[in-house]
Amino acid sequence: MEDKVMTGVQSKTSLGHALDIEGMSRNRDGAVGDEPIALEVQGLNLYYAEKQALRDISLTIPQKKVTAFIGPSGCGKSTLLRCFNRMNDLIDGCRTEGAIRLYGRNIYDADVDAAQLRRRIGMVFQKPNPFPKSIYENVAYGLRLAGISKKRLLDETVEWALKGAALWEEVKDRLEDSALGLSGGQQQRLVIARAIAIQPEVILLDEPCSALDPIATLKIEELMNELKANYTIVIVTHNMQQAARVSDYTAFMYLGDMVEYGDTDQIFTKPAKKQTEDYITGRYG
Amino acid sequence: MEPAPQTSGNAGPANRNLAAQDLRDVRAYVQSGTPYVWLTAAAIATSVIVVVALLLLIAARGMPYFWPADVVVAEYRDPAHEPVRVMAELVDSEAVLTARLKSAGLAVDDKQALYDRLLIKVGNRDQYGADFRHLLSDWLVDRTTPDDVLVLERTEWGNFYGVPVAVKQDGAVVASGEGTYAAWQPLQERANGLRDEIGDIEKGRIGAINYQLEQLRLDERRLALDKRTPASDPAAHAELAQRKMALDAAYAVLQEELGKLYDGIRRDALVVKMVTGEEVEIPLEKIIRGYRPNGMNVLQKTGFYFVKLWEFTTDEPREANTEGGIFPAIFGTVLMVLIMSVIVTPFGVVAAVYLREYARQGTMTRIIRIAVNNLAGVPSIVFGMFGLGFFVYAVGGSIDRLFYPEALPAPTFGTPGILWASLTLALLTLPVVIVATEEGLARIPRSLREASLALGATKAETLWRIVLPMASPAMMTGLILAVARAAGEVAPLMLVGVVKLAPTLPLDANIPFLHLERKFMHLGFHIYDVGFQSPNVEAARPLVYATTLLLVGVIVLLNLAAIRIRNRLRERYKALEH
Repeated sequence: MEDKVMTGVQSKTSLGHALDIEGMSRNRDGAVGDEPIALEVQGLNLYYAEKQALRDISLTIPQKKVTAFIGPSGCGKSTLLRCFNRMNDLIDGCRTEGAIRLYGRNIYDADVDAAQLRRRIGMVFQKPNPFPKSIYENVAYGLRLAGISKKRLLDETVEWALKGAALWEEVKDRLEDSALGLSGGQQQRLVIARAIAIQPEVILLDEPCSALDPIATLKIEELMNELKANYTIVIVTHNMQQAARVSDYTAFMYLGDMVEYGDTDQIFTKPAKKQTEDYITGRYG
Repeated sequence: MEPAPQTSGNAGPANRNLAAQDLRDVRAYVQSGTPYVWLTAAAIATSVIVVVALLLLIAARGMPYFWPADVVVAEYRDPAHEPVRVMAELVDSEAVLTARLKSAGLAVDDKQALYDRLLIKVGNRDQYGADFRHLLSDWLVDRTTPDDVLVLERTEWGNFYGVPVAVKQDGAVVASGEGTYAAWQPLQERANGLRDEIGDIEKGRIGAINYQLEQLRLDERRLALDKRTPASDPAAHAELAQRKMALDAAYAVLQEELGKLYDGIRRDALVVKMVTGEEVEIPLEKIIRGYRPNGMNVLQKTGFYFVKLWEFTTDEPREANTEGGIFPAIFGTVLMVLIMSVIVTPFGVVAAVYLREYARQGTMTRIIRIAVNNLAGVPSIVFGMFGLGFFVYAVGGSIDRLFYPEALPAPTFGTPGILWASLTLALLTLPVVIVATEEGLARIPRSLREASLALGATKAETLWRIVLPMASPAMMTGLILAVARAAGEVAPLMLVGVVKLAPTLPLDANIPFLHLERKFMHLGFHIYDVGFQSPNVEAARPLVYATTLLLVGVIVLLNLAAIRIRNRLRERYKALEH
């Protein structure tokens, strides 16, 4: 099985296009058969100083689907997510082994620029973290970084991103107001708008609803359903209902191991592993 | 047997119970935290009271200086001497033990335990030798305050007290008796106008010519150093000669103009009769203004008060800093603090950014941090010595050798000046800015940095666009502390640039306008100089308080400005409460 993955990867030389790997079936660590693959993790080990946080993780994340990571606190699901845009680079003493391939290109290669990578893989954090700037400037931030300074282009893109994040109607009359005046749910959608404004290929969401009330959560979940038409979405959540509601694929992690990965329906209805079943039925976690 | 112990035992445990109850109450009171609230409140109340009392004392001592006090005419009857007539302002009074007065040789009455001793200002220093006297209040009798007493402020020898008797024009009396005061006033206005013109010419235009002549001399010297003799480079020398001729011509014109003005101002004189009966002729040239305080009502006195206050803040000092204003000192203080701020802020911020954002946190950074913090505890005079040895002699001396060889051996930058004073203070206040900025940087939530990085920003972009703007209120806090410390510092300045009397301001109309090499005056040093180096202690004392009040005012103003900026920044970059 792994051989097949290798050949598939080796055949891929350029970035930017989806790769169809035919003939793949679900296996031990998970993977998907007939979907185009966006991200592929292979033999990933991660250490914080001497402590190992991720153990030999391998999985593939299909394009334009929602993939959820679930597991008890400290299982490494957020750590894994942060590997995808190399946010772990910022932590002193953090070391990774193995490969993560975005459309076939290993993002941990020495010649990959982390800043460039992060423009292709956006991220939304647990707590809404808008900049202390106006709503407009928050969304325009990534665009300005990319060197866009034409007022009209900025205006259009900001509007487009806010609409994409289902926030436009609520803020269109107060774009110059401080983003800190928005409610928690609005701030989180603003942060999503900020992430999609630079049109990434993948959006990583790290427990995006944990600080929100149920109505705001519902809105974000609806938004995810809309966004997956255009983006590959990876979400970390410790809310199993949420994972069941929004995701197409689910990975269950436990203490740094990938226990089970597969179709969401299958994971939640007939999990292959005892551990998964125990967690899903609430026996620990 | 049984009842006895019961009764005696009853009292004991009851008392003990009461005592235990009290102890519990006390413990409960202590545990409730109330005593600590009182303790902390008392501490803050004490601080506030001390500060307010300090300001009140300074204000009470300094502010009356500008008030036109009544001039008393009286007879002083010292039993041991002939009675004398006195005309003076009553400045102060104190109770003195009779024994002390007796030992001083006064014929006091032993039956009276205490005497009131007055400090009076008789003025007329050129006539009497001293303008302050101590007199016993009881012996000063027949006190009156006649309306016609005139107080003259003069350009030298302090105030003059007397009654005007005549006005002279070119030596001839043009008015006398009742009409003297009215006739004198327009003439005095004319004289004051002429004095202003003379000042403009001497300080402004002739000053500018002198400045250019000095530049010319340096240009000549530069040619000589470059070995460009008149023979080898006639064009340059001809040009110099031409410039010199033009300047000399302009100077001659001004000199002539000045001569006429001086003739004009010396034309008139005022004859004033002192209380002793002697008449003194005072040229109007020497009089700045005259007023009759006894005839003024409260409103006029208030108006006069503000005129004097204005003069104090906008004029230059006279008579060894004991008269006139302190404008050069205010200007020097503010300019020095501004230059220091411009230097210390970027320097401190850059250092803090490296320490907090880029340097690997370890033993080395810890040592650097400790060193920076210790720098804040080094006595300021040490910085003064360093400034003198390093900035003035080493750096300034090198600058002179490299860029101003034509002026040598006279130093340009190799001598104390405002630039070196500002640099020394910048060094002194650097730790404050570094520490405050570092704390500000540390307070920026990690989540905001990550948000920026996740959008594809590099570390430098994140720093520039998110972290530094958000830390700017902290930088301002550092700057506020730095300004507060720098504006009050005196000791190091004496070594690196402050002087008692600076002939020119560091900022003027001569290119390049800002003369960083010049020496300057400073309010703090001015206080020291007037208070401790003045030949006329009594005259200087109220000035010391007034100057102190002004120094406090300047520091408060500088701080308020910085605090306003900080609050605005804070409002703008209000961080999320994470």
